[in-house]
Amino acid sequence: MIKFLFQRTIGMAVTMFFVSIMVFIIMELPPGDYAERWAFRKFSGTGTEITEADIDNIRAEFGLDKPAPERYLKWIGGIILHGDFGEAFAFQTSVNIVIGQKIWLTLTILFSTLIVTYLISIPVGMYAAIRRNSIEDYTLTVFSYLGFALPNFLLALILLYVSITYFDSTVGGLFSPEYADAPWSIEKALDLLSHLIIPAIVLAWSATAFQLQTVRATMLDEINNLSVTAARARGVPEWKLLIKYPARLAINPVVSTMSFDANRIFSELPIVALVLGLPELGELLLKSYLDLDMFVAGAILLILTFMIVFMNFLSDIALAILDPRVKLIEG
Amino acid sequence: MTTTDLSPTAIQTPVSQTESDEALRYYSATQVQLIWWRFRKHRVAQAGALILITMALIGLFAEFLGPYTGTTRTSGVVLVGPQMPHFCNDDGCTLRPFLYGVKSERNPETLGMEVKIDTSVRRDIHFFVQGEPYKLLGFIDLQTHLFGVSEGSIHLFGTDSLGRDIFTRILLATRTSLSIGIIGVLIAFVLALIIGGAAGYFGGWIDYVIQRLTEIVRVVPVIPLYMGLAAAFPVEWSSSQVYFAMTLILAIVGWPTLARRIRGKLLSLRGEDYVVAATLSGAGPSRIIGRHLLPAFMSYIIVDLVISFPYMLLSETALSFVGLGLRPPTVSWGVLLQDAQTVRAIEQAPWLFIPAAFVVIAVLSFTVLGDGLRDAADPYQISE
Repeated sequence: MIKFLFQRTIGMAVTMFFVSIMVFIIMELPPGDYAERWAFRKFSGTGTEITEADIDNIRAEFGLDKPAPERYLKWIGGIILHGDFGEAFAFQTSVNIVIGQKIWLTLTILFSTLIVTYLISIPVGMYAAIRRNSIEDYTLTVFSYLGFALPNFLLALILLYVSITYFDSTVGGLFSPEYADAPWSIEKALDLLSHLIIPAIVLAWSATAFQLQTVRATMLDEINNLSVTAARARGVPEWKLLIKYPARLAINPVVSTMSFDANRIFSELPIVALVLGLPELGELLLKSYLDLDMFVAGAILLILTFMIVFMNFLSDIALAILDPRVKLIEG
Repeated sequence: MTTTDLSPTAIQTPVSQTESDEALRYYSATQVQLIWWRFRKHRVAQAGALILITMALIGLFAEFLGPYTGTTRTSGVVLVGPQMPHFCNDDGCTLRPFLYGVKSERNPETLGMEVKIDTSVRRDIHFFVQGEPYKLLGFIDLQTHLFGVSEGSIHLFGTDSLGRDIFTRILLATRTSLSIGIIGVLIAFVLALIIGGAAGYFGGWIDYVIQRLTEIVRVVPVIPLYMGLAAAFPVEWSSSQVYFAMTLILAIVGWPTLARRIRGKLLSLRGEDYVVAATLSGAGPSRIIGRHLLPAFMSYIIVDLVISFPYMLLSETALSFVGLGLRPPTVSWGVLLQDAQTVRAIEQAPWLFIPAAFVVIAVLSFTVLGDGLRDAADPYQISE
């Protein structure tokens, strides 16, 4: 087990290393550099004349005149050694401050979405497999297709519209105005929870659609297994039979694809957050892309990917514990 | 599925003459025929294919089908709702469809311009009318539009905040959105074929490096990755430059999934007898891949292409929606939906959401078509 953990940790580190290079390339892609954008942001509208020499000075100040590999090492070194993600130009402060709390809000959204997804997809997927080719089964298939085909921003807008017109709630966001700056309390947590419903439904729908089909397919594969027939012949009650054999196995693919769900959720998050006005990382990522505030964007992309890679690591471990058939050491 | 009439097990003991005829037909059929026979059983998939063909035709002949050009602004009809053609009014019914008149009035209380339907005015719809000139398929000069009105203007899906006809714009957007997906998928496919083919055929360290590479593209959340690449488009790029850059980034992010599938299939086929035989006969790698391996799994690849299509479509829509993808004056479904970003849009002008219906229908069609094709792709496998 220790060897297995060690191997997976190394694997995670290697993946993150390559990901960080890719993120750095994306940060470098936009035309022009930080010095020009920074100067523009700081002096535009102030009437100050900016010369080429000024920009060169700024460049030297930020170390932008150094070659790319050196800048990469400085950037990644700051993150690993000091947890310092660099400067957020649009906010004139450090990236850490800008991101700060939003990480927790993003994690809250991620986990509430995952919980909704699994609470629905596992039992319903099993039900669909048991009642195969029934009307319920077909309805669920249509539901799954829709979850995939409906653009999530549209779903978000519709739900938002319904909640405003019929439930008289405030427009989007994660907190009601009176709690936005209040210190944490039970009321504030409940308020957050009520605001999480719409994003969780929107994000969970497509994830549920995929998991539902996975659970259904695995159940169908396992339901006709000889072990099930044998147990049925022994007179084990039908519901017990299902829980004991196929249901247990149907959970495995769900566990092993947890990081894919996280990937899908993070992928959809920026647009859903934009429409719903959620102050979390996805929305900030989108804004910093539009502002070309690439240190913020790079940091968020790196953090989101790390969460996915880490969840992959966790699901590998969970799977090794859940399913004895999984080989601990792979070649 | 009931494919008993074609499956070999049912044919092993031919009882009557007709059955043995069928058996003969089955055993002498080519692979394409077998796939077609199976595909014909999937009604839903066929419906999907039909819808997509229709959409492709709409895209090809968008200028002819739409009464205006994508940028025509009709004054006085800003944010008009969809106009339904009528056949009957108070004076009785006619065969020729017509529209009621539209007039804008200033609301004395809010002072805003409001659009009123004037049922006393009748505007006949004519077919094959002369209108604004355009180039059909890019090179045929024409002025004829499928339909139009002689007086006033016709807006089946309403107009946007600049008075542009949404119906026409959706037709044009259909072309952009579908073509960007098709080009994106094709480039991704070529990349996947080369890279995945190399990994699967040569194995060893080449395979290892390529595997790691595809893994990285797969762990980073897709849409944020697209956005990062799209954010790098210089502002001064023309809309057609952005269009081609978009197809490229769709392909760059899309190839790893395809490459993985190609690699997996190649690895499993590499040890087959006929491949070994070809190698022993002195055939080179490119000949073995092209002549022996590719035909063996072409059908799977086509299925994969169809399945990866909706992802491209949704990604393009999402990117253009947030303003990181295509830019006006290019119209795509995503660009059109930029007008529909807020709840206020639902309240005031719900018809701005009509492009979303096209996205949903296209994605659904591709998905059911992909499912049907996946089932048909392996005609030798006996279905349950």
